[in-house]
Amino acid sequence: MTLREIANLLDAKVLTGEKYLDTEVKTAFSADLMSDVLAFAKPGSIMITGLTNPQIVRIANIVDNSAIIIVRGKTPPDETIRLAEELDIPVLSTRYILFETSGKLYANGIIGCVGKIEGPGSVVPL
Amino acid sequence: MNRKYEFSFPVEGKNFDDAGKASVEIKRLLKELGIAGDVLRRTAIATYESEVNIISYAWKGTINVRVTDNNISIKIQDSGPGITDIEQAMRQGYSTADDRIREMGFGAGMGLFNIKNCSDGFEISSKVNKGTLLKILINR
Ligand SMILES: Nc1ncnc2c1ncn2[C@@H]1O[C@H](COP(=O)(O)OP(=O)(O)OP(=O)(O)O)[C@@H](O)[C@H]1O
Ligand SMILES: [Mg+2]
Repeated sequence: MTLREIANLLDAKVLTGEKYLDTEVKTAFSADLMSDVLAFAKPGSIMITGLTNPQIVRIANIVDNSAIIIVRGKTPPDETIRLAEELDIPVLSTRYILFETSGKLYANGIIGCVGKIEGPGSVVPL
Repeated sequence: MNRKYEFSFPVEGKNFDDAGKASVEIKRLLKELGIAGDVLRRTAIATYESEVNIISYAWKGTINVRVTDNNISIKIQDSGPGITDIEQAMRQGYSTADDRIREMGFGAGMGLFNIKNCSDGFEISSKVNKGTLLKILINR
């Protein structure tokens, strides 16, 4: 799916990164735990989160997320948007909750970044 | 060619607003040096987790990065309370993070484990009420 299709599906507002809406996305990672994003997110995946602070943008930069989707209609602080513009990371905001957002994307062919975590350091791929 | 690059960034304890700033800058500099892909990613993740640990638990510290043709070595040194039981701190899920840290999306007890996981060489040493030193090696 492209980010544009995702924005339509989620009835999302594009807060920044309009020019990247034709980017193709295949994977996503939903989390409010940024350590989990740093441990498991794949390059090119979208980050789906309920957090809004500027750190989410810096982490997206570190793991090469293609976009951030902020859920349940939260408005991020200006600082978050300013940083996203600076680091070229599109940010979308949807009114759907985390579960609904993830489910809608999954139902449309977007998959996760890893399968199961079996134990310390043991990740089972999808 | 045998070139070496080295840069250092100070990190201030409790400066939560700037969490990750140094690591984003380090990643940008490494990219300029032609480092890419998995090596760049693992280095960036390791510095990010280390930076957040300094901000969360220590008083102040520095992240020092040295790049050679063969590898990237990172030294993260802080002055702070130190770690009493390193084995326990390394364990996934162990965390003493307070609410301020958790609000930011940290405090899962994953950081040190993930740093080690990203590294080809990993050493940690700590002195209580003095500080902690991490030495990380990533092969290019
Ligand atoms: N630089 C440090 N100085 C003092 N204590 C530390 C330092 N780094 C880590 N610790 C201690 O080790 C514990 C585990 O650290 P680790 O980075 O693995 O997880 P965390 O910071 O609690 O959570 P996460 O990194 O997943 O957000 C911390 O909760 C803290 O008690
Ligand atoms: Mg940590």
